[in-house]
Amino acid sequence: MSKENAITPAAFRHLLGIEGLSRDQINYLLDTAEVFTDINRRKIKKVPSLRGKTVINLFLEPSTRTRTSFEIAAKRLSADAVNVSGDSSSVTKGETLIDTARTLEAMAPDVVVIRHSASGAPQLIAEHLSSSAVVNAGDGLHEHPTQALLDALTIKQALGTLSGIKLVLVGDVLRSRVARSNIFLHRVLGNKVVVVAPPTLARPEFEAMGVEVHHHMEPALEGANVVMSLRMKKEYLGQSFVPTLEEYSHKYCITEKLLAKYAPESIVLSPGPFIRGTEIESAVIDGPRSYYDAQVENGVAVRMAVIYLLCRGLSARASTESDAGMEDLVDDEIIEELAHAKAG
Amino acid sequence: MTDVAKEWKQVLAKDQIRRSVTRISHEILERNGGAKNIAIVGIRTRGEHLAKRIHEKIIAIESTEVPLGVVDITLYRDDLSNSSDQPLVRGTDLPFNVDKRVIVLVDDVLYTGRTVRSALDAIIDFGRPKAVQLAVLVDRGHRELPIRADYVGKSIPTAAHEMVQVLLTECDEDEGVYLRDTRKVQS
Amino acid sequence: MQRQAKPTVIFGGKVICPESGLNAERDLLLEDGVVKAVEAPGAFSGVADAVQHDVSGKLVLPGLIDIHVHLREPGYEWKETVATGAAAAAAGGFSRICCMPNTNPINDTASVTDYIIEAAAAAGKARVHPIGAISVGSKGKDLAPMLELKEAGCVAFSDDGSPVMNAGLMRLALEYCLMVDAVLTVHEEDTNLSHGFSMNESVHSVRLGLQGMPGAAEDVMIARDIELARLTGGRVHFCHVSTARAVELIRRAKHDGISVTAEVAPHHCVLTEEAVGEFNTQAKMSMPLRSEEDRRAVLAGLQEGVIDCIASDHAPHESDSKDCEFERASFGIIGLQTTLPLMLEKVRSGSLKLERMVAALTCDAARCLQIDGGSLAVGSPADVAVVDPEGKWTLSRDSILSKSVNTPFLGTEFCGKAVNTFVGGCLVHGGDLEMNE
Repeated sequence: MSKENAITPAAFRHLLGIEGLSRDQINYLLDTAEVFTDINRRKIKKVPSLRGKTVINLFLEPSTRTRTSFEIAAKRLSADAVNVSGDSSSVTKGETLIDTARTLEAMAPDVVVIRHSASGAPQLIAEHLSSSAVVNAGDGLHEHPTQALLDALTIKQALGTLSGIKLVLVGDVLRSRVARSNIFLHRVLGNKVVVVAPPTLARPEFEAMGVEVHHHMEPALEGANVVMSLRMKKEYLGQSFVPTLEEYSHKYCITEKLLAKYAPESIVLSPGPFIRGTEIESAVIDGPRSYYDAQVENGVAVRMAVIYLLCRGLSARASTESDAGMEDLVDDEIIEELAHAKAG
Repeated sequence: MTDVAKEWKQVLAKDQIRRSVTRISHEILERNGGAKNIAIVGIRTRGEHLAKRIHEKIIAIESTEVPLGVVDITLYRDDLSNSSDQPLVRGTDLPFNVDKRVIVLVDDVLYTGRTVRSALDAIIDFGRPKAVQLAVLVDRGHRELPIRADYVGKSIPTAAHEMVQVLLTECDEDEGVYLRDTRKVQS
Repeated sequence: MQRQAKPTVIFGGKVICPESGLNAERDLLLEDGVVKAVEAPGAFSGVADAVQHDVSGKLVLPGLIDIHVHLREPGYEWKETVATGAAAAAAGGFSRICCMPNTNPINDTASVTDYIIEAAAAAGKARVHPIGAISVGSKGKDLAPMLELKEAGCVAFSDDGSPVMNAGLMRLALEYCLMVDAVLTVHEEDTNLSHGFSMNESVHSVRLGLQGMPGAAEDVMIARDIELARLTGGRVHFCHVSTARAVELIRRAKHDGISVTAEVAPHHCVLTEEAVGEFNTQAKMSMPLRSEEDRRAVLAGLQEGVIDCIASDHAPHESDSKDCEFERASFGIIGLQTTLPLMLEKVRSGSLKLERMVAALTCDAARCLQIDGGSLAVGSPADVAVVDPEGKWTLSRDSILSKSVNTPFLGTEFCGKAVNTFVGGCLVHGGDLEMNE
């Protein structure tokens, strides 16, 4: 790793989305997460590095799984995790999101993890929090960056690589923030991404994001390394995008038969919760292709890495702002200087 | 640049480092009555390389298996903001049972003692060792915690404004221990 | 406007009046609220008892006309009032504005119309023509009393942002208006296609995870109303046309001799959906900002005359309704003070001819809604805009006279501004320096 391209924790201010992250940043996050997977397998699943730090989990949309994962992640780093729940989708909302941000700011959290029903809400919170880092835990239909990172870590562990792969997203890509974050991530890494769904859910606009759009399973699955099942909801904003879930399932359910024929080597991921027999066959989700449990486990590690790096980023910025004396010289700099000195 | 070159003073040469490692290895065996039940654990980054050298030496002397491990103290630091830290967390690897074992912790320079304190915390999270001993290539003084080394390559009296840098061929282009007075550079 | 003004001589400027085919150095004499005379330079230097107004180096235009603004009164006075909206109009060179009926209550009865007209008279900054509702409460069910509204002073009819989705009702409205003698000025959006939208539908909306409105939501309604105008012979004016397809549809309809006219908003000429960036609510409007191809097409349509006029769609909103989640933010931006400089920018860049711009802001705008004004011919109302095309200024919170400051152009340095506005011979904007009477 040459010095100019080296990523440091200071490179992370917030994690609002995968879009905008570089390949190096993504790999750095994943490498860090890999270290945390070890900690999660120890008897004492806790390190003291974030003692005295506060993480607020602001979940304004119902979620147990992601919130729990973030909470465990914070606690295993010895940070104090506080959960704040609400329902941002309610029409009779009380205070505005900006007022919420102001209230949070006064409590001086180091990290605010936010889930919100409106796309872009984490961005808005971040603009109004001067001293905290913001993590997007899912905003509207926009992004769910930690999900894409945990998926990537799982793929890397399962396939041994994150390059040259074909990822197929099956189901409701139109309304899926998981799909968007995965698309951004794998496009940055140069992987092939295919979406397959009825035309009502896989619109041609996705092609402009560098994605291949298919409406039939067979050509889409051909040669896939990773098949990801997306959550299928029949109705959205009062409109049905497929006539019935049964009809959807008839054509788009991920079955062992299809996989064995078209993508025999593939692994299967699901952000969960999934509808057995509709989105994905039980034989697949319970079978050897499925890495669902690994995904959940990696979720904690990825969130630990994100929270940890953001806290270090905050500290690094704070220390460069105060005083960068000789004591703070990076090892590498000294070594470089020595090398120069000897050459000279 | 030639000005800077003058500032760096070599205090240990490659040969001296080799001899120190050999001597420390012998001392470890002597103190513990052989290699039975000991494990060598280096502190990343340069302590890890020194630990490997000591490990090799001990095996050569005793012809017996001795476990080798590495601790990354990044997650156990008492100060997140110190940027001279490793930029990347690389994890702790102790591929043996820590319980009831004598752990010899290896680092390049012993200074304030805070790194060793962090390493002790990290090891204790894995189990309850019988004892932990400390081996360092250089002890430069100025302790801030009640910690001392059991095996020392060379004690080098330094001033607080001086800087000690160890270079090892495993990760650097050169090998040696260097000293520099930071006041002169800054003026 | 009832005030008595001393005779005023405006001399030294270049008069551009597309209505009377004038583009030359001329001096004007304003008296008794009308343009008394237009003569060669120096003709009125001896007129006794007249205020001599030196506008050397400036452009002298008919007072500008904006046929699409929202004044928010009655009902939403914290966003804008008739008085503040009229003041912003005067500062932007507009002497005549038409305000949409989406107030609270909706302008579907004469009493609301009367209220607006009285408030405008009290403000005295600009001529304000209310636009009445097509349907009662703009609910799309029953026709509003359009004759009563017309007699009270409404100049045209619209359900604005709640478009008439029922084609049968639209047909009836068009037929009824043949008798009322008024134009329907319509915001064309098929709400079944635009449900829940907050920006244009494209890769950008997909990328941001926002509900998009396809261009087709606008185009299908324009196509429908062209056919209904063909069927009934009624007159339709299309508000803020934003797509390339819509320009094509209107071109063909005009070619077929159907009575349709159209306007474009300045922001659709200068911005695209890319202005949304990362959830910038100041770029959220309805019609949404579209693609670059659309932007070029509407601007070309304006230059060509397929699109008749420019209207600001001045839509004031308090900051709270913009400082929030993008999906929840209100649609629209203020525009009365930025329309002229934005369009002058397009003149400077060569995509719009100066005379065409003036026509689109004056006589052609008047013609769309069949209202007075837009001319400096002798005998016309003494409404004049004096414009310094090179005047540099920066849009700041302080320079905005509107009650709201929702605009993506805050902090923009503009070149070109209205230095004076006359309404009925009275100076309502400018004077020496920001002398607002």
